[in-house]
Amino acid sequence: MADFVSIKNLEPLKQIIAKHKDEPGCAMPILQETQGAYGYLPIELQKEIAEALGVSLSEIYGIVTFYTQFTTVQKGKNRIGVCLGTACYVRGSQKILDRIERELNIKVGDNTGDMKFALAATRCLGACGLAPVMMINDDVYGDLSPDKIPDILAKY
Amino acid sequence: MKKSYQEILEIGKKTLDKIGLRDGLEAKTECKTQIMVCGGTGCHSQSSNVLIDKLRAELKANKLDKQVEVFQTGCFGLCQKGPIVVIYPEGTFYSHVKPEDFKDIVETHIIGGKIVDRLVLDEIKADPNDGLNKLQFYKKQNRNALGLCGKIDPENIDEYIAFDGYKALYKAITEMSQDDVVKEMLDSGLRGRGGAGFPTGMKWKFARMAQNEKKFVVCNADEGDPGAFMDRSVIEGAPHVVIEGMAIAAKAIGADEGYVYVRAEYPIAVKRLMIAIDEAREYGLLGKDIMGTGFNFDLHVRLGAGAFVCGEETALLNSVEGKRGEPRPRPPFPANEGLFKKPTIINNVETLANVPKIILNGAAWFAGMGTEDSKGTKVFAVGGKIENTGLVEIPMGTTLREIIYDIAGGIPNGKKFKACQTGGPSGGCIPAQNLDTPIDFGSLAKIGSMMGSGGMIILDEDNCMVDVARFFMDFIVDESCGKCSPCRIGTKRMLEILNKICDGKGEDGDIEKLEEIAKAIKAGSLCALGQTAANPVLSTIKYFRDEYEAHIYDKKCPAGVCKNLIGYTINKDKCKGCSLCAKKCPVDAISGQIKSPYTIDQSKCIKCGLCYDSCKFAAIERK
Amino acid sequence: MEMLNIKINGQDYQVPKGSTILEAARTNNIHIPTLCYLKGINEVGACRMCLCEIKGGRALVAACVYPCNEGMEVFTNTPLVRETRRAVLDLILSNHNRECTTCERSGVCELQQVSEDMGIKEMRFPAQKKEEFTIDEVSPSVVRDGSKCILCGRCVAVCKDVQGLGAMGPTSRGFNKSIDPAFGMSLAESNCINCGQCIVNCPVGALKEKDDTDKVWAALADPTKHVVVHSAPSVRAGLGEPFGMPVGSLVAGKLAASLRRLGFDKVFDTNFAADVCIMEEGTELIGRVTKGGVLPLITSCSPGWVKYAEMYYPDLLAHVSSCKSPQGMMGSILKYHYAKQAGIDVKDIFVVSIMPCTAKKYEVSRPELAVNGIPDNDVSITTRELARMIKQAGIDFTSLPDEEFDTYYGDYTGAATIFGATGGVMEAAARTAVEVITGKEAATIDYEGVRGIEGVKTAEVKAGDLTLKVMVAHGGANIRTVMDKLRAGELKDVHFIELMACPGGCVNGGGQPIVNAQDKMFRDIRVERAAALYKEDKDVLKLRKSHENPSVQRLYKEFLGEPNSHTAHEYLHTKYSAKPKISK
Repeated sequence: MADFVSIKNLEPLKQIIAKHKDEPGCAMPILQETQGAYGYLPIELQKEIAEALGVSLSEIYGIVTFYTQFTTVQKGKNRIGVCLGTACYVRGSQKILDRIERELNIKVGDNTGDMKFALAATRCLGACGLAPVMMINDDVYGDLSPDKIPDILAKY
Repeated sequence: MKKSYQEILEIGKKTLDKIGLRDGLEAKTECKTQIMVCGGTGCHSQSSNVLIDKLRAELKANKLDKQVEVFQTGCFGLCQKGPIVVIYPEGTFYSHVKPEDFKDIVETHIIGGKIVDRLVLDEIKADPNDGLNKLQFYKKQNRNALGLCGKIDPENIDEYIAFDGYKALYKAITEMSQDDVVKEMLDSGLRGRGGAGFPTGMKWKFARMAQNEKKFVVCNADEGDPGAFMDRSVIEGAPHVVIEGMAIAAKAIGADEGYVYVRAEYPIAVKRLMIAIDEAREYGLLGKDIMGTGFNFDLHVRLGAGAFVCGEETALLNSVEGKRGEPRPRPPFPANEGLFKKPTIINNVETLANVPKIILNGAAWFAGMGTEDSKGTKVFAVGGKIENTGLVEIPMGTTLREIIYDIAGGIPNGKKFKACQTGGPSGGCIPAQNLDTPIDFGSLAKIGSMMGSGGMIILDEDNCMVDVARFFMDFIVDESCGKCSPCRIGTKRMLEILNKICDGKGEDGDIEKLEEIAKAIKAGSLCALGQTAANPVLSTIKYFRDEYEAHIYDKKCPAGVCKNLIGYTINKDKCKGCSLCAKKCPVDAISGQIKSPYTIDQSKCIKCGLCYDSCKFAAIERK
Repeated sequence: MEMLNIKINGQDYQVPKGSTILEAARTNNIHIPTLCYLKGINEVGACRMCLCEIKGGRALVAACVYPCNEGMEVFTNTPLVRETRRAVLDLILSNHNRECTTCERSGVCELQQVSEDMGIKEMRFPAQKKEEFTIDEVSPSVVRDGSKCILCGRCVAVCKDVQGLGAMGPTSRGFNKSIDPAFGMSLAESNCINCGQCIVNCPVGALKEKDDTDKVWAALADPTKHVVVHSAPSVRAGLGEPFGMPVGSLVAGKLAASLRRLGFDKVFDTNFAADVCIMEEGTELIGRVTKGGVLPLITSCSPGWVKYAEMYYPDLLAHVSSCKSPQGMMGSILKYHYAKQAGIDVKDIFVVSIMPCTAKKYEVSRPELAVNGIPDNDVSITTRELARMIKQAGIDFTSLPDEEFDTYYGDYTGAATIFGATGGVMEAAARTAVEVITGKEAATIDYEGVRGIEGVKTAEVKAGDLTLKVMVAHGGANIRTVMDKLRAGELKDVHFIELMACPGGCVNGGGQPIVNAQDKMFRDIRVERAAALYKEDKDVLKLRKSHENPSVQRLYKEFLGEPNSHTAHEYLHTKYSAKPKISK
């Protein structure tokens, strides 16, 4: 897992803004790189971005909340993404998701209490040949069945 | 270093000397054997990259690394059997190759000159050479857009150049006028591969006619249809074809700047695209004065951030402009007022991948394939309940049956085909009686579905059609941008009704209500996403109304999917008391004594179906 | 003008090139319903109420954004059009809090009107579950009720594009989309300037003013309180509308009469303070010009603009006049001069202001507008709230006689009354400044150059040998244009700038009666209401220059001494300081 920059350190953010500020339509790359660096986009960072771009905070927030990849809250250390693309769904990925929810005792979109896991349902990962599929961080697990889940989670 | 066209040709020739053996040419360098390892996302996620490293190390250890080289390629299409390895010049086709198989490949195949039998598919067991031509999966295909996927190393521009890369661009710049290029596209009959099927040449013509100093070319690589991954595969397999296609488009309309909008979920594609852009810039194939012709064109890459609606062209433009991806009303059409209010053409990846070949081979070549209504070939991503999940490129007019049974191998596990879902969330479910429909834009629309971007999900008897409709509606509710009222509210109301039906609370009149709302969403929505959002529901009502009625009136889910409508019990006569079901049960709802019949505690049962799937004696019954 | 030939519902029409279908139809009295459409501000095709059919078209089109073409045939009333519009409306209603009887906008609600026009009789597609909303009523000015929001986007467009703020915007997407300030904060914590332009452009009751009428009723019913009221210039140009009078009706006399009938002990007029304001601000200007103070001087009457300055231009606050707004001055004068004169303890006097403005509610609560911790005004209500009080009291407004405001503090000049229109403060100041500087009566006092609704106006005022360069801007976005220039050092030769937060000035304030978007398509209420004030200035009032107001002269003589005197500073001036844009 990548280590994220503390939001108290605004230096990387300033560099990201400086890098893109003069590109037309730069809000998206700035937000993407900022989230890449800090892990999430809390109000402190969004305020800085809004100020630098000369737009209102609500405008930045509107962009952030439109796209599902942006998050305003910190996510658990290991990010589980269960593919709910059609190919995976018709091959039972909902059952995989249900099982993970029960194993971790959280709902989709939540973190575990110890911030060890974050669970998300993702769009098609394009690994349809392996359906149903999930990713934990950068690892892909294919050809899943619900009873494979506990062993996989135990690795983390 | 910037290259002249002459230098580009020389690079191509020199590279072909080495890699031409993949194409049946004589090997003119000391490398006499080439191992192609699929590096598409499907295979990559099964560690094909590790396999490559291990192969290379093993070859080096055996001092064979000069004679035998390993190449990472794009997708071969047969993802189900991945990771795939093809060894040239024989064209030996290996499947399901795991990193630990590296030793056998080197020792048995390369050194020993024998086939590694266990890596050969049954179908070609007798002779695994030239597999790409022998396998049933490939026989009926005509790989155009995917032509270079699996054939070249996508991270090496020289290999692209070796197979005629950038020749079409040079031709377009130096031998053709803008109108010539537009005319060639019009004559080819190429229609957009992204969904709506608008004639590409028309789009270009409008943008060509628009008066403005500044114009843009945008590549839509925001492949959002779940189950469709041909655009990703093209970029992963041959990124330069997209760059060349965009540059030709730029020439046609008079643009000098372009954007590629790629899904962020496609890290490998993004990486290869970036490498390709850098390579092209280095050779002067992007930038100022391309190949010394005076023509300028450069590219930027923008990543999506998780919004299906951004596949809609005007929403995509807003996203590139750094805004919420809400669609804009049209007119003005992007060809007149697009990105940053400048004339813009937006083409999808597969569309652009066809462009260089059309310019090189001529419009007639392309128009010679396909049907009257739809020319050329089309890539489909076949998935779901199908033997061979993967990418299939066929001439338009091929029937669904040919794709499903002849190419993709039919339905696994002896199950019965129920429906084929095409066009993703905008498309519909096609039942068995329409399997002989030839695939083209018009025919699919006629039977209530659509081409879409080419996702094709096969459903079998175990899939509940109401549940599938609900799945797509759930997707749309999640992905609706929320700008216009019919889509924003209507899809939610439809989902509520579908949920009700699946929960066993359906009432008389619900189907009609679904149809009424669907009609309003279809006629009233602002963008194509909304206008087509109800298709999965409408087509399932049309072809599988009996399943809806079973849910509503009999409170039964015939396919046994909807949890509230099913229950599991153990047939005492069939149960052998093996305890497997009790072990599988995640909630300890099953108990009993070994060797005597087990029982399910219905108050604990969560209807996950694990027991049903695991019982070897068919003792568990679902009602 | 190039004209196009089109057919609507089979009839031939000629329309100017560039017209949308909606413009073409409405110009020719063909009704097409709209909800999200707001001329020139929000033309987005989002609500889908204006769907029409075009001959040969693939799909229905949104009339509000679809341009007419030569030979086009449009149908606005086919079965498909009617059914689709109706179903879309059904869907909108299924997601709308339909408690009309308790809604402030009942009767003046655009959604209600469209539903009635379309003959909605039942809910065809009811929601399975009622959505939960919390009402944001933290702001002293604006209350937001998401349960009524139909996501038309008009407030967002006005706030962002017209006012240059973007205090709230679309968040999330799809069914979860809502119009909110960022991070779930209240408007009060956002960069909202309390102008209320969102309210007057909301088609439904999702946005409304914070209702303070209970406080007024309570004060009126309290025998220990001496309740005085003063009403701003623009109120008399708008109050007739809720009673069915045409836009632009001048109702100063009925205003005074209605306030008296509501039971206020004294009925004064903020216009009196506007005249005082001219004396103070004019003197401040002359002082800065002759003694070399910070120039240009910028007006401070508009509390929306003042908060704008504090948040966005804290570095330029020295340009802002130290004068309190007329509301502030009036409250202070009433509490410290009138009260003394009338022998009332300051604790027992309760000052109510009637304002065309929601930001005045915020101003009332500001510590900067208080003397020794006692607020200058106790409560500020809008024109709309006053109209409701009049209705609740059973007063038949239209049949009221015209009455005068109570003397001294109800006496005003034409200069004061035009404060309500953009450019009015500038014109009033010019009338006085020129005569004070030259010591002679000016030949003309009509300064046409600063009138009208052009966003940024520049003019020169000749005062003997001195030429004053002045600017006027209204609406937040125009304010920004001017202030950004000032910050860039481009306005070094300008002496005086009038800035008003609301487009058109106070006549179009966020507290004024709401005119629906359809009516605003063909009339400019800013112009029509302003015309009422210019009419009062020119035709009704005898005195048209602030310094000629005898009651103002009396006030200086008895209480303040000279303009900008120490006493004047104590009661009529204040100081503003930087504020963060986001307080969360």
